[in-house]
Amino acid sequence: MALADARAICPELATRPADLARESTALANLRRWAGRYGPMVGTDGVDGLMADISGVPHLFGGEEDLRDDLQARLERAGLAAVSAIAGTRGAAHALARHGGGIVAEGRLAEGIGRLPVTALRVDQDTAEALARMGLSRIADLIPLPRAPLARRFGRGLVLRLDQALGAQAEPVAAEPEAPHFGVRMTLPDPIGLQSDVMAGLSRLLDRLCDKLAVHRKGARRVRLELRRVDRGTVQVEIGLARPMRDPKRIAALFAKGVDEIDSSFGIDALRLSAPLTEAMAPEQTGGGPALRHDDALADLLSSLGNRIGFDRVLRLLPAESLIPERSFVLSPAAYTIPEPAPHRAGTRRPITLFPPEHVAAACGTPPASFRWRRMRFTTLRATGPERITPEWWFDDPAWRSGLRDYWRIETTEGPRLWLFLTPQAQGWSGPEAQNWYVQGEFA
Amino acid sequence: MRMRPEPPSGDAFTLHKGRMHEAEGRGRRTFALFQALRHLGPLVWILPSHAPEMPMLRGLPRGVGERLHLLRPAGEADLLWCVEEALRTVPVSLVVAEPEKPLSLTAGRRLQLAAEAGGTTGLILIRQDAGCNATETRWACEPLASTGADSTLHHWILTKNKKGTFGSWMVNWNGASAAFHMVSETRERYEPAEPPR
Repeated sequence: MALADARAICPELATRPADLARESTALANLRRWAGRYGPMVGTDGVDGLMADISGVPHLFGGEEDLRDDLQARLERAGLAAVSAIAGTRGAAHALARHGGGIVAEGRLAEGIGRLPVTALRVDQDTAEALARMGLSRIADLIPLPRAPLARRFGRGLVLRLDQALGAQAEPVAAEPEAPHFGVRMTLPDPIGLQSDVMAGLSRLLDRLCDKLAVHRKGARRVRLELRRVDRGTVQVEIGLARPMRDPKRIAALFAKGVDEIDSSFGIDALRLSAPLTEAMAPEQTGGGPALRHDDALADLLSSLGNRIGFDRVLRLLPAESLIPERSFVLSPAAYTIPEPAPHRAGTRRPITLFPPEHVAAACGTPPASFRWRRMRFTTLRATGPERITPEWWFDDPAWRSGLRDYWRIETTEGPRLWLFLTPQAQGWSGPEAQNWYVQGEFA
Repeated sequence: MRMRPEPPSGDAFTLHKGRMHEAEGRGRRTFALFQALRHLGPLVWILPSHAPEMPMLRGLPRGVGERLHLLRPAGEADLLWCVEEALRTVPVSLVVAEPEKPLSLTAGRRLQLAAEAGGTTGLILIRQDAGCNATETRWACEPLASTGADSTLHHWILTKNKKGTFGSWMVNWNGASAAFHMVSETRERYEPAEPPR
């Protein structure tokens, strides 16, 4: 039913858009939990789980007890779920979507015979064609001869029927577990010394880095959680300027954070995890001096970023804009690579740029003399104007004054300044006055 | 021992490696960029986070923009820590810092030791007369008005030098390449003229 129709029937209908990403995350979490009922658990569509419980039910006291246990636990967690146990994957799928239950061993045809043919995982067209033929239940299909059925409705229907009845094997396809980068250590006696924590950390780091190496990953963030005897938890988290799995270099970055923690009555458990990882190919150890220099620079950026914040360790990257403020971007050095500046064309640009500062006592175009930062300047030579128009597709408050005519003014006092005039803006003291601003200083 | 005389440097503007230097005056940023061109390798420029003046990428000399790392620490203590940490890192070639306050004797000495440990060159851009005793050289840099239309003159005066003499140079450097020209200042002659031969 379309939403408009539903609203027409029930105007008070509360609707919410589906959040597919969160739903699939929740299903993946449920799949991890369902591992308690069988080693092979796979997702079944977007709303189902399929577990292979061969050889498991006796641990729970039989199939019925197992299903009761599953239902009770899901109900306690607040989840409404329907479950079914059957000898084949197709039969379990069909039964779980039509009421649930248990099909006894060897009685598959009786167990699912009463279900409609749509339960067989066939497409809509086949189901409608079957309904037109008067074949509405699975039990109607079973006695029919196979060859005409396959010729009329395609091989898909026969395959699904065979899979549901066990004539065709269909294993549970459990996707591989995503690697989990976390290691932990519990201690028989609490520790409190900084050196002890660092020693424990280095053991954990060795294990974590081995695990990262197996999966060819490098950590970008590493988190150390320390559980204290009084059940409090302290957390130290560091960032890395590039993916890394060298235990010694990561341990060095933890030194400051470990120094600051309060261990109170002692720490009895350590947990180390890498919440953020990136692919990192194996690299040859003991590379040339260039590689060592890269490593040393990355270490510097990591330690700087961990102390002053990664958003304060910046790099200048060129940008496609003629507006001076937007002709370059300041981006975190840890997440970008240097880009060569584009070819210099056009007029010269100043070496330093600052927010526009108003110039007083300016007269003439270009001004013959002006005052700026409480100093009087006399123009020796002026180059310009260079007209820069605002980018109409951005609404920049600084550029609401319209066009700017930029001049390079060499003063007799020495400084070479970048002045601009806003011809479209009205002056402060009247329509005749001009607005001159300084925005930069040349070499 | 460490007190061996260092080999004579290439020209007047070469800063000793493993030492701290200072530059003051209106042209100190220009002088820092001039030095950035003469140091190959990664550059670190440390500014307070609230400083309005930013280097503009398109105006920087060729090859400097992609080597530059800009740090904007929030406080003075963080800034000094960043300078020290960057100076200790061997591959960094030049560290330029703009502290707000004059360096204390301890801070100056610490930075000197850090530069020595890393073999890097440090250049502190200071306000007028806010220098530190521990510095190796101190430069007073002023832009100069020039009579010619295509020349950008700078007046660089060496006002302190622990291992050499003072000096004063008029330099024509256009802020784009490493090339520069010494300009002899016009003045009135005060020594007696050479006898005609």
